[in-house]
Amino acid sequence: MAKYRMHLMLCAGTGCVSNKSIKISEVLEKELKKHKLEAEILVVLTGCNGFCAQGPIMVVHPDEIFYQMLTERDIPHLVEEHFLKGRPVRKLMYTPPKEKTPVPKMSDIGFFKEQRLVALRNRGLIDPEKIDEYIARDGYSALARALTSMTPETIIKEIKDSGLRGRGGAGFPTGRKWEFAARAKAEEKYIICNADEGDPGAFMDRSIVESDPHSVLEGMTIGAMAIGARHGYIYIRSEYPIAVERMRKAIKQAREYGLLGEDILGTEFEFEVSVHQGAGAFVCGEETSLIASLEGRPPEPRIRPPFPAQSGLWGKPTNINNVETWANVPEIINRGASWYSQLGTDTSKGTKVFSLVGKVKNTGLIEVPMGITLRKIIYDIGGGILEDKKFKAIQTGGPSGGCIPEKLLDLPIDYEKLTEVGSIMGSGGMIVMDEDTCMVDVARYFVDFLRGESCGKCTSCREGLESMYQVLTGICEGKGKEDDVELLQELGAAIKDGSMCALGGTAANPVLSTIRYFENEYQSHIRDQRCPAGVCRELIQYLIDREECTGCLLCVKNCPGNAISGKRKEPVHLDQEKCIKCGVCLEVCKFKAVLVE
Amino acid sequence: MAKLKPEDLEKISQRMRKMTILREGSGQAKVTVHMGTCGIAAGARKIMAAILALVEEKNTRDVIVTSSGCAGLCSREPMMTVELKGEAPVKYVDLTEKKVRAIFAQHVMNGNIVVKYALAMGSERVS
Ligand SMILES: Cc1cc2nc3c(=O)[nH]c(=O)nc-3n(C[C@H](O)[C@H](O)[C@H](O)COP(=O)(O)O)c2cc1C
Repeated sequence: MAKYRMHLMLCAGTGCVSNKSIKISEVLEKELKKHKLEAEILVVLTGCNGFCAQGPIMVVHPDEIFYQMLTERDIPHLVEEHFLKGRPVRKLMYTPPKEKTPVPKMSDIGFFKEQRLVALRNRGLIDPEKIDEYIARDGYSALARALTSMTPETIIKEIKDSGLRGRGGAGFPTGRKWEFAARAKAEEKYIICNADEGDPGAFMDRSIVESDPHSVLEGMTIGAMAIGARHGYIYIRSEYPIAVERMRKAIKQAREYGLLGEDILGTEFEFEVSVHQGAGAFVCGEETSLIASLEGRPPEPRIRPPFPAQSGLWGKPTNINNVETWANVPEIINRGASWYSQLGTDTSKGTKVFSLVGKVKNTGLIEVPMGITLRKIIYDIGGGILEDKKFKAIQTGGPSGGCIPEKLLDLPIDYEKLTEVGSIMGSGGMIVMDEDTCMVDVARYFVDFLRGESCGKCTSCREGLESMYQVLTGICEGKGKEDDVELLQELGAAIKDGSMCALGGTAANPVLSTIRYFENEYQSHIRDQRCPAGVCRELIQYLIDREECTGCLLCVKNCPGNAISGKRKEPVHLDQEKCIKCGVCLEVCKFKAVLVE
Repeated sequence: MAKLKPEDLEKISQRMRKMTILREGSGQAKVTVHMGTCGIAAGARKIMAAILALVEEKNTRDVIVTSSGCAGLCSREPMMTVELKGEAPVKYVDLTEKKVRAIFAQHVMNGNIVVKYALAMGSERVS
């Protein structure tokens, strides 16, 4: 094998690919050839690096230089300067907000510093399409250990002792779940990997599959040995084409190496995996409806018990875990339960992957130890609020998570703590909101999503969410009534109690938590017909500040409703009758002459 | 492709790690070839190629080879810096492929600085 002196790890996760990283790799190869460097420098396409806001990203080893926001045009200069002459190009490096000097090394960048990678241990370090690179990083050694020196009981004990809990939402202890399935007596048992990831804006699972598909396969195979299954399914949403393709390739490679199929690693153990592409409804991620969907039935949840461990796919004992849960398994087997359980809090061990989005400077995918505070996540990793606005709330746990206010930012997060404050861990979505966000509007937004995704089987969820939506819409339109808040709380309790699955069980969180922490905003809408954040259209007016307006007429040109008129160099006039409150004038005005009231 | 046995994993891993070790940013030795315009004009690329060939020939995985810009001593190019883990970097000047072979064998592989080829001036005096 040729010795390369430099490895260019170019991110080929979904985010960077949509920003043309594949095209960049072609230009890179071409330029390297031009300088006859192709035998000295290797280009590696990796999975998601995580710092998606800065993509396309390339990390250059051995010096770990982090390049960001690359374009094809940057490449010729970069190749000549850095890769040929050894002078890293500063203007392509990351400069933290408010600072002047770039930070060359990836590990010195705030976004990466506080992270602790377990599930994402190989992210950006391997080519996910090459099984040998996974093996180089101890890949499949946990499986070898499980097969040659462990029994189903000792595997389950290790997972139990590690304290690993399901990363798909509910946080059920993984080892105990395996034990139920292992004890169930049946000819045939199944393993399922839940890669449905229906939370809008979440991409933890996609990223794991894209950057390290073998970690999931290895975890599943160890799980299969522990519970006695011979077949596994990966249920992955069709909207993830790159992940589907990488997983398929990974399965093929594992088969060729005898790491899947019959006589795995020369032992008598056999295990096969198939990929099933889901059709994209949010409720498909719920385990019983996922199983229904796998069997070809409509994805409707059913009452539990029986739990899948007793009667799952085709009525057989089935163990279903989330992608991230599976990806943790090999590392726990390799490094031991006591290593893993040192990370995290009393009740929640290990790390958690979050997708950090919304109004923070650094958006992307992060993996942090359980017990880290929200403040650290938002300010140290996220770099603070965009445009240095004021923080208002962070919503955790996906569409049915709660909104957590500023005063709770020092909360060390784990499953229990998040539930206590009216939110959930969920699968790890985090949306940061700033002062310009209306909390009533936010609650309405999520209820709107959930009412659309409710499968309709339980009346309380179907009708309750619809009613909630109507009430919230009324409030946003200034038609709220005095007792609406109480009504919402009552509806919330009814939906929670009367629904079979956790969709209904958690759907009221966005509403209840915003009432809990931001009731004054509800009251402003209801009593004063005011939207304090200036968001709800029916309750706001755009006005022109005649003192500040310079008469540049930019707003006149951009107003889609022709509601603004005026002469050059004179303050313009805004016709409230014609105004559709789209806010374009506010966006384009350079003189802060448009006011919202 | 042959089906693997547990011991094959270790073999693949060892073979691959020689290559991927670079990404872990650690290595017993780091060799930096100065590849400014002056260095390249004086033959730095040949020096680079020679080092890469030596690393492969000696089958060592603990040597990281990188390049850097002009070291400000253009008249003494080609130059390289050898840095062993935990030791101060040593600059070698006026390199030829023959000198590189000697430096590689004595310093990089065995930890003995090749004083006669090393830059000896000011604070960088090595002997
Ligand atoms: C409405 C709804 C959607 C869900 N979506 C997902 C999902 O996208 N991915 C996932 O892993 N779990 C999802 N779950 C949780 C699963 O039902 C199940 O708890 C999980 O797959 C178990 O794996 P774990 O123990 O590893 O977390 C969802 C649950 C509900 C109620």
